[in-house]
Amino acid sequence: MHAWLLAFAALLAGCGEVWNNPYPAQDGGRNILYGAFTERPKHLDPVQSYSSDESEFNSQIYEPPLQYHYLKRPYTLVPLTAETMPRVRSVNAAGRDVPADSPGVAYTLYEIRIRPGILYQPHPAFARGPDGNLLYHNLSQADLKEVYSLGDFPQTGTRELTAEDYIYQIKRLAHPRLHSPLFGLMSEYIAGFKEFAERLKAEDKTLADSGRRGAWLDLSTLPLDGVEQIDKYSYRVRIKGRYPQFAYWLAMNFFAPVPIEADRFFAQPGMAERNLTLDWYPIGTGPYMLTENNPNARMVLERNPNFRGEPYPDAGEADDAAAGLLAAAGRRMPFIDKAVFSREREGIPYWNKFLQGYYDLSGISSDSFDQAVRVSVEGEAGVSPEMAAKGIKLKTSVSASTYYFAFNWLDPVVGGEQSDAAARARARKLRQAISIALDWEEFISIFANGRGIPAQGPIPSGIFGYREGRDGVNPVVYDWAGDAPKRKPIEAAKKLLAEAGYPGGRDAQSGQPLVLYLDTTDRGPGDKPRLDWYRKQFAKLAIQLEIRGTDYNRFQEKVRKGAAQMFAWGWLADYPDPENFLFLFHGPQSRAKAQGENAANYANPEYDRLFEQVKHMENGSARQALIDRMMAILREDAPWSFGYHPKDYSLYHGWVANLKPNLMARNSLKYQRIDAALRERRRAEWNRPVLWPLGLLVVVIVASAAPAVIGWRRRERSKGRT
Amino acid sequence: MLAYVVRRLLYAIPILIGVNLLTFLLFFVVNTPDDMARMQLGIKRVTPEAIAHWKAERGYDKPLLYNRNAEGAARVTNTIFFEKSVKLFAFEFGRADDGRDIGNEIRTRMGPSLAIAVPTFVLGLFVTVSFALLLAFFRATYLDFWGVVLCVAMMSISSLFYIIGGQYLVSKVWHLVPISGYAGGLDAMRFLLLPVLIGVAAGIGSSTRWYRTIFLEEIGKDYVRTARAKGLSELAVLFRHVLKNALIPILTGVVVVIPLLFMGSLLTESFFGIPGLGSYTIDAINAQDFAVVRAMVFIGSVLYIAGLLLTDLSYTLVDPRVRLQ
Amino acid sequence: MTPVLLWTDALVFLLVACGIASGIYISRREYLLASWHRVGESRAGMASLTLLVAFVVVGLIDSLHYRPRLEAASGQPGGYSGEVRSLLDVLLQPLRDGTEKTYSAPLAAHLYARETVELPDGSQARVFPRLKHGGAHLADVEAEWGRDVTLRTLRGAALAVLAGLTFVALAVLFAARRWGTGWQAAWRRIRRGETRFAWHAALAALGMLLLLAGPALSLAGGYHVLGTDKVGQDVLYLTLKSIRTGLVIGTLTTLVMLPFAVALGLVAGYVGGWVDDLIQYLYTTLNSIPGVLLIAAAVLMVQVAIDMHPDWFATAAQRADARLLALCLILGVTSWTGLCRLLRAETLKLRELEYVQAAQAFGASAARILGRHILPNVMHIVLISVVMDFSGLVLAEAVLSYIGIGVDPSTISFGTMINTARLELAREPVVWWSLLAAFVFMFVLVLAANLFADAVRDAFDPRLAGSRRSLPGKMA
Repeated sequence: MHAWLLAFAALLAGCGEVWNNPYPAQDGGRNILYGAFTERPKHLDPVQSYSSDESEFNSQIYEPPLQYHYLKRPYTLVPLTAETMPRVRSVNAAGRDVPADSPGVAYTLYEIRIRPGILYQPHPAFARGPDGNLLYHNLSQADLKEVYSLGDFPQTGTRELTAEDYIYQIKRLAHPRLHSPLFGLMSEYIAGFKEFAERLKAEDKTLADSGRRGAWLDLSTLPLDGVEQIDKYSYRVRIKGRYPQFAYWLAMNFFAPVPIEADRFFAQPGMAERNLTLDWYPIGTGPYMLTENNPNARMVLERNPNFRGEPYPDAGEADDAAAGLLAAAGRRMPFIDKAVFSREREGIPYWNKFLQGYYDLSGISSDSFDQAVRVSVEGEAGVSPEMAAKGIKLKTSVSASTYYFAFNWLDPVVGGEQSDAAARARARKLRQAISIALDWEEFISIFANGRGIPAQGPIPSGIFGYREGRDGVNPVVYDWAGDAPKRKPIEAAKKLLAEAGYPGGRDAQSGQPLVLYLDTTDRGPGDKPRLDWYRKQFAKLAIQLEIRGTDYNRFQEKVRKGAAQMFAWGWLADYPDPENFLFLFHGPQSRAKAQGENAANYANPEYDRLFEQVKHMENGSARQALIDRMMAILREDAPWSFGYHPKDYSLYHGWVANLKPNLMARNSLKYQRIDAALRERRRAEWNRPVLWPLGLLVVVIVASAAPAVIGWRRRERSKGRT
Repeated sequence: MLAYVVRRLLYAIPILIGVNLLTFLLFFVVNTPDDMARMQLGIKRVTPEAIAHWKAERGYDKPLLYNRNAEGAARVTNTIFFEKSVKLFAFEFGRADDGRDIGNEIRTRMGPSLAIAVPTFVLGLFVTVSFALLLAFFRATYLDFWGVVLCVAMMSISSLFYIIGGQYLVSKVWHLVPISGYAGGLDAMRFLLLPVLIGVAAGIGSSTRWYRTIFLEEIGKDYVRTARAKGLSELAVLFRHVLKNALIPILTGVVVVIPLLFMGSLLTESFFGIPGLGSYTIDAINAQDFAVVRAMVFIGSVLYIAGLLLTDLSYTLVDPRVRLQ
Repeated sequence: MTPVLLWTDALVFLLVACGIASGIYISRREYLLASWHRVGESRAGMASLTLLVAFVVVGLIDSLHYRPRLEAASGQPGGYSGEVRSLLDVLLQPLRDGTEKTYSAPLAAHLYARETVELPDGSQARVFPRLKHGGAHLADVEAEWGRDVTLRTLRGAALAVLAGLTFVALAVLFAARRWGTGWQAAWRRIRRGETRFAWHAALAALGMLLLLAGPALSLAGGYHVLGTDKVGQDVLYLTLKSIRTGLVIGTLTTLVMLPFAVALGLVAGYVGGWVDDLIQYLYTTLNSIPGVLLIAAAVLMVQVAIDMHPDWFATAAQRADARLLALCLILGVTSWTGLCRLLRAETLKLRELEYVQAAQAFGASAARILGRHILPNVMHIVLISVVMDFSGLVLAEAVLSYIGIGVDPSTISFGTMINTARLELAREPVVWWSLLAAFVFMFVLVLAANLFADAVRDAFDPRLAGSRRSLPGKMA
């Protein structure tokens, strides 16, 4: 044991002065960014990937034609690979140009021209032999024998980005074997997309029937009516009717380019069996490329040597210059050579490693919040003195999301579809009473540690349609107390409850207590406090709350069938447009009836009519007026208790620069910079090993061995005597 | 001997079929193929067609156990159960529901799992056997008494506390080792040290007590008294006779777990962020990835049966009097 | 109020009834009594038994459930609350209702986290707000706190001493009557440990217990003795409520698996042939599935069944209880194999004994032989395995709850406590009291169970020493 311990100490001492560095010592002073991810990415293929943990990687690699401006707020679209913003034309059925707001608009045309000279990252799919032929496009099983990863192909090549690649990717959205989550929506808008998908399905079936199930389907030879190539660098998308939100989609990876060579390369037999798929190895034109893909442990992004070099933005919000965010204006991005993301499934190690300087940035879990953040008198959050002393900085922003508590519109007790008007009015009062009783201010302070803003409606601040101040207050739940909204007293809720026919939480007729049911996915032991909180809120009205915790699948199924009475859920916007929140109440998109996103199954003809109008309007006072009317309807009907809009806080160390939270743009890695030398010094300072426990351990072992040795001696001696 | 091994291997087949059937039933009562499809396809904007397609592509559109619409043998073979089970026996695990090759995954994750399980096992065995021998040597003294008390106390502490406490003190407060993570090669040492030590500490209590009882039983036997009477030193008696004869009962408990070391340890791996098979299993349970769970159950059962067989074989090595037939 | 009999309650009381019945049975049979006398001689055994009894009493009080009646409003029929409470909740009413907003340290009078509050002059400040209940009776915390805590501790200790002396006096008087000696002589014998039963160990353990419980109770009147958790619940209350869950899992699991293990083990050993093969196949198959996976799948399945039929259960407590019972059943299914194998081996031996052979020759039926001749002779194995499994099961619950396949989140248990407490270690300053409270209570319970199990094993069958079956608790 002793010798072993000494050996261990010697080994550790060999690692340098810091013992707990989880990274190789030789990477010490290098220009590497260290981050973490908690969920392993499931899909890296841009037609399938939809979750934010995946775009953390994909957005550094793939480049759609547009992007969000890194610094400007409200969120603004700017060209990325496109030369300019798309040219938008409206045409009538005959194909003639008409004004965008005329009733005769049959199609909207988006013309996108990309910059010439953009190159793909080095990739074996582009590798060409001396004869100019692609090297790895007719591989036999024998060729693949020694291949386990993409790095096992010795040659790589590149190619210029063309408009054809963008068109190819749009076609892939309809691929029957890829089932893209976006296809359903896009088939409503891109002309001829549905027919194209039918055609592909038929082709796929022919392939399968001829015994070549799963063989490569050459999409480039099949025409798609709504998308056409104009020249090498430009293409045109034809949208049915009007759909101004389409521009936002053009900033998402669904519309990033995929070269046909890559698709064909990965479709070769034997590739998929070796995990060599586009879903696993992204290929793009962006500033970084994925060089290590081990979702169990580590994802490594390295600088793409073929990247054209984009200039850092030179304008931003008013105080960006003062915050030093414009210091690098005009300089060539990216700044960081390599980014290492480690898998960190538990919050505690993540947080502790951040404090030790081994992660450069971190979100904050609720439990670490007190330690990190001090909310000042004005309610502004800043880092706590201890954190500030370490040079840690904090950035906050309201995210384009909302957390809500929904009442199922189809439910006979809390819903809104009862046959007689009196019953409907009673149910509405019940919903309103509960909305008042659910004290979201307290929820935010306990479970989100103040990281949120109580919602007055579905639209969070920063999105058009949100109103500041008195005009934006939900009059059903809040009173206006001079300078801020104040939740109505519980007595008001009790009064509403009595009017709803449940005085004192008891049915006025039968005297039975009112029992309501909450469906939730919170059922782990860590979720108990939240469940207790919900129960406490309903107890204020003497309503008994039964909580039914299930796994996420079952929960979704219940919601889908309209079988859940009440449930809490969240929505993260796809793009910064009010339509993306308002459609959550659109009757025809009911979850139970039409598998839409309206999970509460809310239906109100007046609201639906207004929604159809608002949907395609340009932002302006006319749109705002309609949205205000829709808000009033929602607040009165209360199909949700509007919960809160979570605030995103991100903490980062003093050696990280150019960081500004941007919830729409995920391609932020290229803007960031780090000071590796400073990081090195700080790590050494913060992680001095504490050695006395080792000494103590040795002492304890010696001390406990002593009686044994003494006893031994004595016994040997006594034996000698006998 | 060979015949015995062959017979045992044949006997394993019905057991493996039983295991497969049981996990299959348990899992599919919980998860309909629809659930699995939804889990994999994500939350937003999933259409019924996409689900139907996903199922068809992976062969989950068939009946579970019995195909009413098929003819003859196909009634049994053209089902999810048959198609998904038969390949297991050839150790072809297919692809996980997220499309990744399970065999490949298991091979890469085996390394970290073994890197943590083998040192824990070997070191643990060494420490506990030595400790138990020491206690046996000092039997019926205060040393023995307090040793046993220590053992009982140590085994009364939940393994969760060992991990939580160890990680908090050693990694967070004292900065002696990285908090979590893993690296290949020699670098792995720094990451494995704490989990291995904690694993050993958590096992000391119950194992030491068990070995001590075995040793004491041997010491009480006649031949030991004879040996001592011949004037052999206590040490020689302990090592040459007691330890050697106590090996059989120790083997029974120990050999059976050796193959299972491959499976990794659920708690340690997930606390320390080690990408081994244990954390793979937990992930699969949480993600309801049936293909992975089934593969892990199958491997676990095979290893368990292998362990039983190894135990029997090791008897013959230690004690030539044991004959297998 | 209306009494509610949860499934686990019913089984717990069935278990108690069985315990009493077998106690009566044993007391009439000299040869069985002898072994129990040996348990009584063990000092560690008696001390741990005293502690266990204390735990069991808490658990039993917590097993008497009822639904409180709602006050009937005028002209309305009355109803019952959907909330199920236990007698323990009534006894601990002040602890239960005295919730704070969030964390507070043991015996604190202030919250553990700063909050922005509005001062009387209208300005705002970040301060540690006073607790609503803990130390609320103090006007000036700084001046009075120390004195108040000391006074309460002393008062509690004095009460404890008084209660302890009463118990000692009762024991001495009882012993004196039993032995027919004077009380001085009886006291001397007890004090010096010259009695057959380890009276002095039991009394010492009781004394220690009282000395801890007295001050705790006295302090609990005005403070949160072990602090409060994230949503401000009293940690002492949570730990006391956890005891029942631990006991239920430790005892009912064995209770539900016993009939299977015993019946199958005996039949396999006695009948042999294809029946033996079948039973062996069954347990080898079950054994060879990695335990956690089997438990995970089964727990998920039960969960689904419960979710699909919300109408099966009138209250949330009944649903949580069903899940607890299901967990016991599942743990039982995965843990009966070891006992079954032991019993089978023992029966194989017993079958060849002369008196069994004789009974067979007389034409006694197999059932009669098994029941009359074999079962009584394997009971000691059953007993030992029951007491030995107990601690392992209590530990297993914690691990399973960590993986997320343990008890219902609304059930208070050591596992759920540890799980939430784990996150608190990352806070700065550290919130240590939940974890420590769970650790101490669980450690004492398991330690007492282990020591008692050792005493029972030594008394009944020293040969089986150390033979423990592996349970999920050791999976780390």
